[in-house]
Amino acid sequence: MGGFVSRGFKGRRQADAGQVKRLPPGQYAEPGFPVLTAGPTPRVDLADWRLKVEGLVARPREWTWEEVQALPRSGFEGDIHCVTRWSKLGTSFAGVSVDTLLEAVEPRPEVSHVVAFCYGGYTTNLPLDDLRGGKAWVVWEHEGEPLPAEHGGPARLLVPHLYLWKSAKWLAGLRLLDHDAPGFWESLGYHNHGDPWREERYWGD
Amino acid sequence: MGRLSWRLAEVAEVRRETPRVVSIALDVPGWDGHLPGQHVDVRLTAEDGYQAERAYSIASAPAGERVELTVERLEDGEVSPYLAGELRAGDRLELRGPVGGYFVWEPDRGGPLLLVAGGSGVVPLMAMLRRRAAAGSQVPARLLYSSRTLEDVIYREELDRLAAASDGLTVTHALTRAQPPGWTGYARRIDAVMLEEVGWRPGERPLAYVCGPTRLVEVVAGHLVALGHDPARVRTERFGPTGVP
Repeated sequence: MGGFVSRGFKGRRQADAGQVKRLPPGQYAEPGFPVLTAGPTPRVDLADWRLKVEGLVARPREWTWEEVQALPRSGFEGDIHCVTRWSKLGTSFAGVSVDTLLEAVEPRPEVSHVVAFCYGGYTTNLPLDDLRGGKAWVVWEHEGEPLPAEHGGPARLLVPHLYLWKSAKWLAGLRLLDHDAPGFWESLGYHNHGDPWREERYWGD
Repeated sequence: MGRLSWRLAEVAEVRRETPRVVSIALDVPGWDGHLPGQHVDVRLTAEDGYQAERAYSIASAPAGERVELTVERLEDGEVSPYLAGELRAGDRLELRGPVGGYFVWEPDRGGPLLLVAGGSGVVPLMAMLRRRAAAGSQVPARLLYSSRTLEDVIYREELDRLAAASDGLTVTHALTRAQPPGWTGYARRIDAVMLEEVGWRPGERPLAYVCGPTRLVEVVAGHLVALGHDPARVRTERFGPTGVP
């Protein structure tokens, strides 16, 4: 639809050229941290909280809150992108690298995909390669504070190179599979992979 | 499924709903229909090629190639001041959709329905109520709708008419900031007591749809769960600090 112009629309250019470069196509910089979820916020008591990594692994593992806190700390500083078009630039999270969890369970060689499952029933699917190699974390701190429940606390997955619906809130575990298995939004019209730089928002994008 | 491609719609009518809210009726060639509760992406293009995209809930029930959006003007917004201030009949608008398959309701999904709205969060719920009325559905439905003042109530007259049809719909308003003289309705934010008075009992297993600003949605969904409603039957749609759904 080249050449179409919205009569009278001028727009508000991002003043900062550095910011513009950091924004994937169709995104705008949002100073706040909007909340988007499909249902009520689950409240999980830390005493009952567990993180499981299971499926096609040599040694399935379950960590308590204290145990996961004792794992080597790892953080992320950078930008996050929501499919509803806001991006939050220059934010930070801390927790544990997914690499650390995977090392502990020893994925079988045939593992190709992972389903993240959550308190409240949410699921999302990712190729294993998008979760390893320093690209994904399980986080419980945001900008130095405990992660609030509405943002996924006690702990959420963080996969900042994909749209945020892949960064599952209220994470309960990871299931390692030898096949792909579309999750909640992936079954309801949203893209199976979700790379913001390729603008993979919806089915067929 | 094929890509959701951008379509060029023509503005048939712009109607003022409240001082800050307009409804935009669009003719969308080739529109395949939608489910009540779904949204569209809207894309604006400036003369130099600069583009801005935002998502807006569909307000209308499915009806051929006509799609209506209702847009609240956000003072610090980029797209909504254009849609709610500049756009007029005869203009064209790029959009793609419909998008979203969870915060949706069709009469065959049953009820009873509990719809809870804050401000322009009423828009996707209105699509459900319009669909319910158009289909002649008797699914019992209750709308609890929080606005700042009476002037801020979107679709006020139409909601009065729908409620007067005695087909199983009740509409309850809460006015949080100012109330007209003689107002006998709720004059506070939605709270647990209000949800108990207006909503269904948990044993009646309502399907709940809650839409509005984050704080309202967080509070209402939390109360519903605490009152004993099944979290799996409470669906939410939140508007972030920028008002983007």
